[in-house]
Amino acid sequence: MELDVFLIPPAESARRKGPHDRIVMSSRVRLARNLKDAAFPGWAKKPERIRVLELLRPAIEALPEMKGSFTGTMDSLSSLDKQILVERHLISREHAAKSAGSGLVLNREETLCFMINEEDHLRMQALRPGLQLRQAWAAIDQADSALEKKLNYAFSPELGYLTACPTNLGTGIRVSAMLHLPGLVLAEQINPIIQSVNKLGLAVRGLYGEGTEALGNVFQVSNQMTLGESEAAIVERLEKVLAQIIEHEENARATLLEKNPKMVYNHIGRAYGILANAHSISSKETMNLLSLMRLGVDMGSFPGVDRSLVDELFILTQPAHLQKEHSEKLSAEERDLLRADMVRERLRPVRRPIVPPAVSLGAGLDKPTK
Amino acid sequence: MLCSMCKEREAKVHYTKIVADKIQKVDLCEECAKSKGMNDPTAFSLADELFGLGAALEIEQAGDGTCLKCPACGFTQADFKKAGRLGCPECYQTFAEPMGSLLKTMHKGTRHVGKVPESLRQNRDVSDRLKNLQKRITKAIEEEDFEKAAILRDEIKQITVRAASNTTS
Repeated sequence: MELDVFLIPPAESARRKGPHDRIVMSSRVRLARNLKDAAFPGWAKKPERIRVLELLRPAIEALPEMKGSFTGTMDSLSSLDKQILVERHLISREHAAKSAGSGLVLNREETLCFMINEEDHLRMQALRPGLQLRQAWAAIDQADSALEKKLNYAFSPELGYLTACPTNLGTGIRVSAMLHLPGLVLAEQINPIIQSVNKLGLAVRGLYGEGTEALGNVFQVSNQMTLGESEAAIVERLEKVLAQIIEHEENARATLLEKNPKMVYNHIGRAYGILANAHSISSKETMNLLSLMRLGVDMGSFPGVDRSLVDELFILTQPAHLQKEHSEKLSAEERDLLRADMVRERLRPVRRPIVPPAVSLGAGLDKPTK
Repeated sequence: MLCSMCKEREAKVHYTKIVADKIQKVDLCEECAKSKGMNDPTAFSLADELFGLGAALEIEQAGDGTCLKCPACGFTQADFKKAGRLGCPECYQTFAEPMGSLLKTMHKGTRHVGKVPESLRQNRDVSDRLKNLQKRITKAIEEEDFEKAAILRDEIKQITVRAASNTTS
C-alpha cells in the first residue's frame, strides 16, 4: 500500500484527545534493542544489515497489534514520504537518511512504530496523545515481551540491553513528552525551567529531537540516563517533572493575563493578523504564529474554534506535507506562497480574536493532580 | 576523583574545553567551580554536546596506549573515538575496562536494574537462589550447625540437577 493512502489524515490525527493535551501534545516511549550475533547497524556491512532486516521485519509484522500495518524498506520509500514520516514524528531524521538494509513497520493507528536498523537493530516506540506515559510504556513493553520470545536479544545481566551507543545502555528506554509552552516563553521563564530540568538529568530538546530548535514553542522533555534505574522509576520521574512543568506553564499563563494582558493579546492578535492575511509565509514563522493562536484558543480569544484547527495546520503547513498536496516540485518560495494561501483559506471562518471577559480567565486551568 | 584546584574535595564539575584541536579538561569540586564562575548552567549543555568526543578520549586514555580490538567484529578504540558508538554487542566485553569509568559519568548506576528477558529471568532466579543458599551454608558451618548445612547442601544439589535437566531438555 502507498504510504500516503495509509497515513491518517491530519484532520483526524489533530482531533485526538488525551489528558492535559492543552499543554502536553503527545507522549512517547522508545526502546532500543539489538540482536546478539550481529554487528550494530552503523558498523555492519550491507549483507548483514539485510539479514537483520529480514529477520526482524516478519517477527514484528506477526505481532497481533501490528495487524494491517504499513511495512517497507527505506530504499522503497521516496524522500518525500520519509520527510512526511519525520514531520509526523513517526521516524527520526537519522532513519529518514537510511536506505537499503533499513526498514519500518507502522501500525494502522500510528501508535506503534518500529524502526529497523536505525542506530540500533530495533528502535520501537509507542505514541499516545496527551500525557499518557504509563500507557505508552505498557504498550511497548507488551510488544517487546512478545518479540523477545522470537528473537535473541543482546543482553547482559550486568549491563542490561546492549546498544550501539553507551548512552542507551541498560533499559534502552527513552521516555518523552512533547510540550507546548508559550506561556513560559512569553514570561521569559523558559530558560530557568530548562536548566532545572537539565539538572534533574532530563534533556530538553526542540520539535524534531536532538539538536533542533524549539519551533512553535514546542519542547521535548526526556530521560537521559538509562542504566541503573528501572523503566518504572524513569516513567514515574518523568511524570512528576511533567506535572510540575504543566503547573508552571499554567501559572505563567495566569500571571501574564493578570499582569500584562495587553502583551498577551497583542501577540495573539498579531499572530492572527499575519496568518489570516499573509500572501507568503515561511514554515518557521507559521509554526511560531500558530503557537500563539493555539494559546489564544486556550485562553478563549477564539470562541467556537477548536484546538484541532490549529493542530491540523501545524501538520499541514510543514514543507513535505505541503509538497504532497501538489504534483509539481515546489521551490521554497513557491511553498511559502501556497502555505500562505492555505492558511488564509483555513482561517476564513475564524473571526478576529476577542479579549474574553475577565471571569473566564483561569477558569479552564488544567491543573495536574500530583 | 579529586578537585584539580584545591585537591581536597571530590570533583563534581567536569569541564571540557576544545580550542582548535586542543582539548582541555578540568575537574572541580562545587566550591571551586563556583569561585571560578564555572557553575554557569550553559556550561552543562556545552559539556553535553562535547560528550561523545570526551567519552571517546577517556576510553583511549584508559587503554594505556595499547589499541584494543574486538575479536567478534574487528572494531577498535580508534573506531570508537571516531564514531562514539560501538561495533557489536561483544564490544562491551572487549572494552569492558575503559567502559566502566565512562558509564559512571553517563548514567545513574553501572548495573542494570530494569527489565530482563523472560528466558534469562529464570536463570537469574536460579543463580540468586544458589547464591543465597551458599551464603546460608557458610553461616551454618560457622555456627557449627552441620545438620542444617547438610539440608542446604541437598537443596543446592536438587536445584542444580533440575536446572541442568531444564537446559538439556
